Amino acid sequence: MLIYISTIIFAAAIALFFWSCYRRFRLLTLGRPEPKNRFNDIGKRIGGVLYYAFGQRCTVSHGYRFGWNHLVLFWSFMILLIANTEFLLEGLFPDSISFSLLPPGVYHPLAVLIEIASVLALLAVCIAVIRRLAFPPSYMEARSVDAFIILSLIALLMLAFFGLHASEIAQGTEKAANFMPVSNFVASAFFSDVPAGSLNGYIDAFWWLHAIVLLVFLNYLPYSKHMHILTGIPNVYLRSLTKVNTQPGEDFKKGNEFGVGRIDQFTWKNLTDSYSCTECGRCSDNCPATITGKMLNPRLVIHNMKINLLVNGPGIMKNKETVLPLIKGGIEGSVAEQVLWDCTTCGACMEVCPVFIEHVVEIVDMRRNLVEMKAKVPEELIALFENIEQRSNPWGIAPGDRTKWTADLDVKPFETGKTEYLFYVGCFGSFDARSKKVSQAISKILNASGISWGILGKEELCCGDSMRRLGNEFVFDRMTLENIRMFKEKGIKKVITQCPHCYNTFKNDYRQYGVELEVVHHTDLIYDMIKSGKLNLDVNDAKDFGNLVFHDSCYLGRYNGIYEAPRNVIASVTGRAPIEMERRKDRSFCCGAGGGRMWMEEDTGNLINVERVKEAMKKDPKTICVCCPYCMTMFEDGIKGIKADDKVQVLDLAEIVSRALK
Amino acid sequence: MLIVTCVKQVPDTTQVKVDPVTGTLIREGVPFIINPFDTYALEESLRLKEKYGFRVAVISMGPPNTEVTLRKALSLGADEVILLSDRAFGGADTLATSMVLAEAIKKLGKKDEVAMVICGRQTIDGDTAQVGPGIATRLGYSQLTLVDHIENVDLNAKKIRVRRRLEGRHELVEAPLPAMIAVLREINRPRYPTVPMRIFAQDAPVILWNNKEMGLREDTIGLKGSATQVRKIFSPHREKGEIIGDGVKDPQASARLLVERLKEKNILIL
Repeated sequence: MLIYISTIIFAAAIALFFWSCYRRFRLLTLGRPEPKNRFNDIGKRIGGVLYYAFGQRCTVSHGYRFGWNHLVLFWSFMILLIANTEFLLEGLFPDSISFSLLPPGVYHPLAVLIEIASVLALLAVCIAVIRRLAFPPSYMEARSVDAFIILSLIALLMLAFFGLHASEIAQGTEKAANFMPVSNFVASAFFSDVPAGSLNGYIDAFWWLHAIVLLVFLNYLPYSKHMHILTGIPNVYLRSLTKVNTQPGEDFKKGNEFGVGRIDQFTWKNLTDSYSCTECGRCSDNCPATITGKMLNPRLVIHNMKINLLVNGPGIMKNKETVLPLIKGGIEGSVAEQVLWDCTTCGACMEVCPVFIEHVVEIVDMRRNLVEMKAKVPEELIALFENIEQRSNPWGIAPGDRTKWTADLDVKPFETGKTEYLFYVGCFGSFDARSKKVSQAISKILNASGISWGILGKEELCCGDSMRRLGNEFVFDRMTLENIRMFKEKGIKKVITQCPHCYNTFKNDYRQYGVELEVVHHTDLIYDMIKSGKLNLDVNDAKDFGNLVFHDSCYLGRYNGIYEAPRNVIASVTGRAPIEMERRKDRSFCCGAGGGRMWMEEDTGNLINVERVKEAMKKDPKTICVCCPYCMTMFEDGIKGIKADDKVQVLDLAEIVSRALK
Repeated sequence: MLIVTCVKQVPDTTQVKVDPVTGTLIREGVPFIINPFDTYALEESLRLKEKYGFRVAVISMGPPNTEVTLRKALSLGADEVILLSDRAFGGADTLATSMVLAEAIKKLGKKDEVAMVICGRQTIDGDTAQVGPGIATRLGYSQLTLVDHIENVDLNAKKIRVRRRLEGRHELVEAPLPAMIAVLREINRPRYPTVPMRIFAQDAPVILWNNKEMGLREDTIGLKGSATQVRKIFSPHREKGEIIGDGVKDPQASARLLVERLKEKNILIL
């Protein structure tokens, strides 16, 4: 009779689990089609799953030492998955399925493996509990009830496992007893004095405990943050294969809706992201907005997306109706507008996310809804939008002034068929007083190298970076088409940029329009010139720069992987490597100006640029080297902010090189 | 009830240069924009529409490419846009311009009662600030210039209360409707168009009224109907001044020096 009861309970619990999964996963189909191909290049995707998921590359990287604990737990789980599948099948079909029916050559090693995995899992759970109680990290929702429930369930499961096997060993019915060292130890420690007659009762009790805990665990999964156990690996498989997660474009047809203002306007992949979040907090731990006390916390954005889907999903399925607004804030499951505007699109969150969630893309999608559907933007942005649309630069300065920086320098216009490289100066390099000096430095270097180059002068148009990041895709689209038309008309194929934002926009965003430009940022170009001996440098001049600290720009580093070129250039010019800040390369800390933040007031929390300047000042620099006009502005302002402008200078890499030119 | 908003398409004056030899405007390559002051007039009209339920008609006199500006008005929420375009209207000064605009407003008034006409304080190309008052005079409307706030519109009593910004003071004025209101920049912050509205405006109708439609006497419009003529256009000669004092080292002393000089030249009278 008991046998039938177990079969019924097992069947019901397993059915309930699949039903819960079906109900949750069905909601993913509400999402829009995904513009990026998420299934191409299967080899690369499987490789990624092996490396990032099974290799746990992203959980142990970036200095997260407790990631190792997750790695241990992950692999224990992988092994125990086999053991528990057997247990479930045994529960469903008693006496017909069991490992013990396998030949000893298979069963015995398996038994050892499962023993080891169980011990490790138990240890890992203990470490996780102790960590959460004794020294929880600030970024983690460490003491969530969710976490403790799951950890207790895992611990109980392991204890029941050992209890069951130990009592079986004591009874003498376990054939692989010699291959179960831990269970053997438990048997001799706790069950040696138990009368043989009561052992059956122990076996039954532990079996049922194991069964109930396992079934509860299984059914709790889809309703907790531990759903990532189900979606994490698929999400790694579906990741964006290009390093830069370029924002997909939009189709400006009558009747279309733009951006994401409702949960079902996200793509199914965006929704899968929300299911995959483990709430580990690495994103918020690295987010410049979160760190400086802004409203944005990338983890919560993803969490709120998930809650919104769970709340609105059934209603949308039934009659397309929603009860909880996606963009409003003030309640779980809704994202505040301020949160969306806080993002600098620096990409630090995406860099560290172990399951490749695409926070920035999703935030910009929601910005698009505010800009394009509601025209609801912070006031200062309206002026920016009008300026860029009317005069193709952020300040609305007369385009005729674009060549003022050239003054008496030897700068020629780009001539079709004659000139090889277009030096695309960009809005900052053309109009901003400080960045004009960088443009001058670059032009000196270009002339010294002897390459053929020219500028567009008054005809140059803004690349549109800020528009795209701020969610004004409509205007970005027009600007892009206009620029591409001009590039084609003039036969421009090779472009040198001064600004990493122009660089990234031409290189990655314009590619979506089918244009393959050979774009090079001045850091890379200068490095190549030094390597090939095109520049004659006086390395003795090095002393002037003193302690030189280097700052990685997000759009050069994280977005385009250019880390070594500027460092090598500095080393060749000054004779020694730059001093590194604590947060550098792929974990570099944003200056605060990306994502259109350059044009917005920063009136909540601490100033991001001051936070970064203070970090740089710890290294006692005389020079801070940047490669981006935004970083230049933010550093100079930050330095003035902490009244250190008499101690330290900010120089662009090009200025350092041009000073060393013979 | 209708609000008529008058807008003008102007060359982006920050980009206009005068040919020093011929004394004419170099128009080549200079983009046209909606007269910045008129964007505030349109915004105020749209806000009144939202508050009181007016319809908003936008009119503009100019060459056919003025359509671009009128489409922008449509994308912001204007209900109807009318382009007043005819060779016969060309070369008009403020007298002849206000003639055409006033007649167009009368024509609109036949279909729907006009409650007010809202204009920007002036255009950035002519800078006369005369067209609005001209319209008011021709139509016999209340004339409310330099308005930086509309306090209340009483549709039953047909009255409007506005605040005018004068030098160093404000003036609260109540006037009977219909009224012509010329607004200042300070009155509002213009909105930004949504994308669906922009797409809608791309092929929404722009009504064209030429002089066949308007039937105005040739000697009252265009160059012939203008009381003033342009003799010469020139850039004022700018002389570079001198640098006095050292503002970085001793700002107080250089400020004192500056005040002295201004007093000497009778620019500053204390």
